[in-house]
Amino acid sequence: MEFIKIIILALIVNNVVLAQFLGICPFLGVSSKVSTSIGMGAAVVFVMTLANFVTYFVYNFILLPLGIEFMQTISFILIIAFLVQVVEIILKKAAPSLYQALGIYLPLITTNCAVLGIAILAVQKDYNLIESVVYASSIAVGFTLAMVLMAGIREHMEMVGYPKGMKGFPISLVIAGLLSLAFMGFSGLVK
Amino acid sequence: MSNLKFLTNGLLKENPSFVLVLGTCPALAVTTSAINGAGMGAATMFVLICSNILISLLKNLIPDKVRIVAFIVVIASFVTIVDLSMKAFVPDLYKSLGIFIPLIVVNCIILGRAEAFAQKNATFPALLDGIGMGIGFTLALTIMGSIRELLGSGSIFDIKLVSETTKTMLLFILPPGAFLTYGYLIAIVNKLRAKN
Repeated sequence: MEFIKIIILALIVNNVVLAQFLGICPFLGVSSKVSTSIGMGAAVVFVMTLANFVTYFVYNFILLPLGIEFMQTISFILIIAFLVQVVEIILKKAAPSLYQALGIYLPLITTNCAVLGIAILAVQKDYNLIESVVYASSIAVGFTLAMVLMAGIREHMEMVGYPKGMKGFPISLVIAGLLSLAFMGFSGLVK
Repeated sequence: MSNLKFLTNGLLKENPSFVLVLGTCPALAVTTSAINGAGMGAATMFVLICSNILISLLKNLIPDKVRIVAFIVVIASFVTIVDLSMKAFVPDLYKSLGIFIPLIVVNCIILGRAEAFAQKNATFPALLDGIGMGIGFTLALTIMGSIRELLGSGSIFDIKLVSETTKTMLLFILPPGAFLTYGYLIAIVNKLRAKN
């Protein structure tokens, strides 16, 4: 029951992009086509889950016992940068076809603030290992959901006329605002 | 003369929020009130100035291949300083900015300026660039915070501008209001730039 609550909260009620404002850059930058946003989403699911898994151990077995919790930001960002590199190298060797599909998105993930943000939030919320991993993967699926929805709308926007000044970021932000308004309807779904 | 250009570049021509559209996450998330926006801007500006100075000093020592990692370590160190100082001196502001203080590390403005400017320039221009960009970012966040606070709670910097009984548009301090305000502000800036 506890897990279902975490999943629903992370996936739709507190959607990472539309309610918590994490990972806006890739959300606006890579969401022009549905296929690319699925690729980006898959890469994020992969890295975010792995990052929470590793940062859990680093925080509880290295930072806490040594009493250096203030090193959290530095160590987490280095872990994430390192993980992205490792994932990239392993994928290149082990699954070239997957690498082809995800390759270009992987380096972008280091600067995706959602990965670092969720790792820190999981520590703040005092989640245990399984909760932390479930939380991270549902957040990442929520990220993918928001991106795919956004891309679907933006593909249709190409046929719609709107003022020239609104082209690019402004219209994307207005669409995101309306999506976020729609997602607010889910608040109160889980007590 | 050219030094002045470094300073004003970030204010208008290359305003990080409205023209370059970098650092969007904090711009959307913390601008529920003018004071939050200004606080976030100031924290980011401090990190930006310090990291610009240090990186331009270290530019000959950092090997090219590991420069991004080196930049991130420099930035993260300053962010930790800001994080701990804000926790100690302005606990209320720290609480309302929350997770977005440690996330200054991944603010693309800072890494972007390190990569595009500080590592190629002398210390003084790097300092000016940091100040200019920092003020530009702070200004943008404060403007956004003021608009959202005015529409959402009828006040600016906690000073009530409408009577207690006036109904305000609560939407603007909720997440959708952030997206809408930011979108229309960029559109206005685009329009103004197209005219010049």
